[in-house]
Amino acid sequence: MKRKDLLGIRELDCSEILEILDTADSMQELSSRPIKKVPTLRGKTIINLFFESSTRTRTSFEIAGKWLSADVVNISMATSSVSKGETLIDTARTLDSMSADCVVIRHASSGAPHTIARMTKARVINGGDGAHEHPTQALLDALTIRQRKGTLSGLKVAIVGDIAHSRVARSNIHLLTKFGSDVWACSAPTLMPVEMNHLLTENQGRLHVTRSMDEALDQADVIMMLRVQFERMNESFFPSVREYFRHYGLSRQRASHAKPDAIIMHPGPINRGVEIASDVADGPHSVILDQVAAGLAVRMAILYLLLGV
Amino acid sequence: MDLVIKNGRVVDPARKIDDVVDVVIRGGKIASIGKPGVADLPQFDATGLVVAPGFFDIHVHLREPGTEEAETIASGGAAAVAGGFVAVAAMPNTKPSNDNPSITSYIISEAKRSSPALVFPIGAVTREQKGETLAEIGEMVEAGIVGISDDGKPVMDSRLFRRALEYAQLFNLPVIQHCEDLNLSKGGVMHEGVYSTRLGLKGIPSSAEDTMVSRDLILAETTGGKYHVAHLSTRRAVEMVRQAKAQGLNITAEVTPHHFTLTDAAVAEYDTNAKMNPPLRSQDDVDALRKGIADGTIDVIASDHAPHHANLKMLEFDRAPFGITGLETAVGLAFTELQLPIGRMIEMFAINPQKIMRVTPWGMFEGSEAHVTILDPKRNWTFDVGKSRSKSRNSPFHGREMTGKAVGTIVYGKVVHEDRS
Amino acid sequence: MTLKPNYQLMNAAEMHGTLNRLANEILSAHAGRDLVLVGVQRRGVPMAQRMAQTMIEKANVHPQLGILDINLYRDDLTHAAVQPIVRRTELPPDIDDKDVILVDDVLYTGRTVGAALRALTDFGRMRTIQLAVFVDRGHRELPVEANFIGKKIPTKDNEVVEVRLTEIDGEDAIYVMEKA
Repeated sequence: MKRKDLLGIRELDCSEILEILDTADSMQELSSRPIKKVPTLRGKTIINLFFESSTRTRTSFEIAGKWLSADVVNISMATSSVSKGETLIDTARTLDSMSADCVVIRHASSGAPHTIARMTKARVINGGDGAHEHPTQALLDALTIRQRKGTLSGLKVAIVGDIAHSRVARSNIHLLTKFGSDVWACSAPTLMPVEMNHLLTENQGRLHVTRSMDEALDQADVIMMLRVQFERMNESFFPSVREYFRHYGLSRQRASHAKPDAIIMHPGPINRGVEIASDVADGPHSVILDQVAAGLAVRMAILYLLLGV
Repeated sequence: MDLVIKNGRVVDPARKIDDVVDVVIRGGKIASIGKPGVADLPQFDATGLVVAPGFFDIHVHLREPGTEEAETIASGGAAAVAGGFVAVAAMPNTKPSNDNPSITSYIISEAKRSSPALVFPIGAVTREQKGETLAEIGEMVEAGIVGISDDGKPVMDSRLFRRALEYAQLFNLPVIQHCEDLNLSKGGVMHEGVYSTRLGLKGIPSSAEDTMVSRDLILAETTGGKYHVAHLSTRRAVEMVRQAKAQGLNITAEVTPHHFTLTDAAVAEYDTNAKMNPPLRSQDDVDALRKGIADGTIDVIASDHAPHHANLKMLEFDRAPFGITGLETAVGLAFTELQLPIGRMIEMFAINPQKIMRVTPWGMFEGSEAHVTILDPKRNWTFDVGKSRSKSRNSPFHGREMTGKAVGTIVYGKVVHEDRS
Repeated sequence: MTLKPNYQLMNAAEMHGTLNRLANEILSAHAGRDLVLVGVQRRGVPMAQRMAQTMIEKANVHPQLGILDINLYRDDLTHAAVQPIVRRTELPPDIDDKDVILVDDVLYTGRTVGAALRALTDFGRMRTIQLAVFVDRGHRELPVEANFIGKKIPTKDNEVVEVRLTEIDGEDAIYVMEKA
């Protein structure tokens, strides 16, 4: 990969995305081998720098690195260092003194990985920054969609949930519109960012913004449900879980508006009965578990492409 | 100090002077204007330059007492005169806050000792700027404050703000408000708009400023108080001020150079030097501010100089403090971006600030304290933040090319800054 | 780096003949055994498929087929000018105790075979591993030799042997090219 870092989807072009997806496709079989190990990244040091806790993404990167024979170190930056006022430049310097080859950063503040990337020699992978981007999630979602639908173009994709606080939504919107699919972003009025319809600076016509779930799901090929955080209730974004599910939760009845062979996705972890009904999450159209497997393959591919040369 | 400013174009809109004449200064006061020059005095050659009443920046944060690593009264004063300002009004949000006469006295005596610029303290409206009870305003007036404000923060409680507007009238003090409804702006770090959506940052909506401006104008009208809006930033707020003035209310308004120069696009790749409060807003707002400057709705340009130690600005965008420096770029930006007639420039930088604040006026008249700003409207220059006199480096204007500069600053007849390069 | 053709080593007919001969040699050497033909990505794959087809048609023997991408096992990754594309690997799950024939187009330094051997050990314990190649062009850097060779030719360092197969390149031919 020519880039030093993978910070977002917005700046990637289709050929770079396809390179990652095709490599991930090839590497997926590693998980079915008796010995899940290849020597490709032997001697490389990968540091998972998670300022925001996340077991799933971190574990996924950890396994991906270890299967490629890299040395993986997890650093959980508890809030104590944040309150001690350690600056990002201190963090970057610490990484360089540890000779890290690659750092995976997850941070609650949008832009933090970008700032660190400018200040460190290590290749930086954005594991999710604030409400800004979560590129590996969008890539694994794309891999899952491509495996199920055979294409990333010409699809209708509905993304439903807390769009305002969702980096997953933004990254997916960038990726899918680049490939010529139409994305319908749907949320309650309080959870839609201002000027969302101007999010994109290219392919603007492919992004549709609506507060009607029925409109978003109508004949959709892919339904992507986003996690709702309970803290939002305390900030008056919506009054109760019951109300939220009634208007924006994915019930079986709602899901039937989509195409009969539509797939249902969720970045996880799911809140059963809040944004998605249990029987839908476990139903035949759900590809949630495939997403996890795809996540491993995509992260291996990214590590290989960044460090394998 | 004695001095003759020779051959400059002397412009004072308040005294209706615009002429190429000499200014003679004796004993720190203006002795004569226009009379033939005297040969035995030290000379300041102002050929081709504009000679104006000393500029006064009425919105400056000197970080002393409390955060001297960012700025001291001495370094802030040095930055002020380097920017062409003979005087600054210092906001009270120091540590501890300037909410009592001892802090006010300290600031004044420290300024006398170490600052080349005059420092006029602004006292807090409320104790510790907590917005709960009034500070000892009268006592502070005795000690020398020239206005009151809780800047940094608004006075949220409407009843309390009403009391402040009423009480300040005893002393003919302006009440300066940083307009921001803290509930609407909560958590926000930049203007709420298309850029905050793209960058995934929480926004501060224009309505946070507008709702409070609206409330304050009504309170100003019903109390008859002297009200001044700090750092206007939105189209709607400018319009409301325009209408209020048309109704004859005793209100004034200020704008900062960064608000009429930059938009929220400047945040770009999470540049913390584009983070301030109120935030940089949209092009539409910038256009409205410029129109407000041109038609007189906005009275004053003030820098809102807010120095911060370099480490603090190297934090992630969410955590970095709000504010940028501005004393040394204010005049240059005004010249370059606004292209105002020189008389209007001088009104906004020198005449109106003195009308608003509780100070003894100075200007181009016999007997005035000799506080003078010399301007070169044609000087091409580039701002180098590395050479700034401020202790802090948080400016988005490093490397910016400008035309027009303050090239001489004279306080009590003494040349405290000169730039002949 | 531009290449210009030096001479043609084999045409389509000669290639078909050679593949048939190799298939027969393999069958003779492994009569009665469970064979797995593992094509090394990229051109070893259609080679293995064609040889398997010949075995089925001529001798009614059905070898298993496998595909192996060795890019994750290369020892000279840091020297690769262009990052190699990682392609699919697919091996039969029950590969223990079977006889594996690695199939590749050109045997040169031997490093590809070295990587393939490293890869195969992670998949199980095969009974034997042997190597079949179209062209052996010499210049070994590791102690590796092929068991079944299509053609052995001396080559110069600045030459490249290009095996073209219809499935990938649109034609069947083998050229020796020269780096210009």
